[in-house]
Amino acid sequence: MPIVNMNVNGNPVTGEVEGRTLLVQFLRENLGLTGTHIGCDTSQCGSCVVHVDGKSVKSCTLLAVMADGSEVTTIEGLANGAELHPMQQAFMDNHGLQCGFCTPGMVMSALDIVNRNGNELDENTVRKELAGNICRCTGYHNIVKSVTAGAKAMGD
Amino acid sequence: MYEFSYYKSGSVEDAVEAMNKAEDGKFVAGGQTMLPTMKHRLASPSDVIDLGGIAELSGISVDGDSVTIGAMTTHAEVAASGDVQAMIPALAQLASGIGDPAVRNQGTLGGSIANNDPAADYPAAVIALGATVKTNKREIAADDFFTGMFETALEDDELITAVSFPKADSAAYMKFENPASRYAIVGVFLAKTGSAVRVGVTGATPCAHRGMRLEEALNSNFSADACDGVEIPVEKMNTDIHASAEYRAHLVKVMTKRAVAACS
Ligand SMILES: Cc1cc2nc3c(=O)[nH]c(=O)nc-3n(C[C@H](O)[C@H](O)[C@H](O)COP(=O)(O)OP(=O)(O)OC[C@H]3O[C@@H](n4cnc5c(N)ncnc54)[C@H](O)[C@@H]3O)c2cc1C
Ligand code: FES
Ligand code: FES
Repeated sequence: MPIVNMNVNGNPVTGEVEGRTLLVQFLRENLGLTGTHIGCDTSQCGSCVVHVDGKSVKSCTLLAVMADGSEVTTIEGLANGAELHPMQQAFMDNHGLQCGFCTPGMVMSALDIVNRNGNELDENTVRKELAGNICRCTGYHNIVKSVTAGAKAMGD
Repeated sequence: MYEFSYYKSGSVEDAVEAMNKAEDGKFVAGGQTMLPTMKHRLASPSDVIDLGGIAELSGISVDGDSVTIGAMTTHAEVAASGDVQAMIPALAQLASGIGDPAVRNQGTLGGSIANNDPAADYPAAVIALGATVKTNKREIAADDFFTGMFETALEDDELITAVSFPKADSAAYMKFENPASRYAIVGVFLAKTGSAVRVGVTGATPCAHRGMRLEEALNSNFSADACDGVEIPVEKMNTDIHASAEYRAHLVKVMTKRAVAACS
């Protein structure tokens, strides 16, 4: 069986996988990083979004072997000990979640939005850029507020 | 997903050799179509040959009046490319409207046109711009490349290496998108060079095609009004839960008119 090596949240990891093991399965089942969720089987919901080499990808639509040798960041890699990342804090402060299932993917996509668009985000940009993340609870309004506030806080 | 053996190829020759050895091999590029299809067990290749490690398949270069884009170049890279924005802004805009940011970070030009989904965006641009598809074996003209629903002129062991897009004087892509997937319910790419107009239509029929009747009307009178008299054959249109054949035929005209307005 193939062996994969990656750097996940700053830690070198290695593991034996099948060719068909998805990156999300490797993260959840081999590494126990269950913060990354699986919400669909059609690559549409975005609850599995992680960063691979600095870019957002759907970890349910990537084989673990395809990510061999890369740097992966998951939701578990954001907080600094007990101190939440500014984007996580913004979701908390703005009530940007209800059940929380979509939240890890929302936060990872939000950071990708900031990386590409900077710290001053308008509502339209955020809504358009979150096209690949589905939330069944909030109606998105507070998610958009959270992302805008989190982006700003990251610049302060 | 069924089991398969995975191979990461290091060069085009290596990938083609692996394909020839495989019982029922498939190339994987970004995996954004392949993996969902395999998860649903609609495809079950014995061997998956990854093109992701082949550096020569990625990148964008300008050569005179055309832009050549490597098959493994992602939608996000095309959308962000200064060269593409300067030469064919409509192509950068098309790429920026495919799916969502995570799909655009993984999905590739080569994968999109090799797959030839009836609702994919790139085929409309390849057709309207009269692009040339370069493979490990030959060069294929746009008009000969897309042969049917999910069908192309590619042979089993043929690999797209790049696509060369000639610059147009003006071009525009107008898509009426499915709000859930962003795939085209109907998409029209219009390119005008000198007085010659080419229209690429996707989403409307089982395979992207040239809108010959629209081209004829626009060649003699380049105006949105010229589209009014054109008859769009309703019986050839797709019909599904998203849109009826009549509605798609209507959208073909509306999207073409918007593209004409954008190019005027
Ligand atoms: C949620 C979602 C939304 C999407 N929305 C859109 C949209 O709005 N518009 C749109 O156009 N597309 C959309 N797509 C599809 C997306 O653009 C895919 O990336 C693309 O169709 C396939 O590219 P890929 O690189 O992922 O190819 P893969 O999935 O890896 O491969 C697709 C097929 O092409 C073959 N192939 C790949 N590369 C080559 C090559 N170089 N030579 C020969 N054969 C090759 C493979 O063997 C396979 O059969 C969407 C996908 C998802 C998951
Ligand atoms: S689980 Fe990956 S997109 Fe839904
Ligand atoms: S908070 Fe429940 S799915 Fe978004």
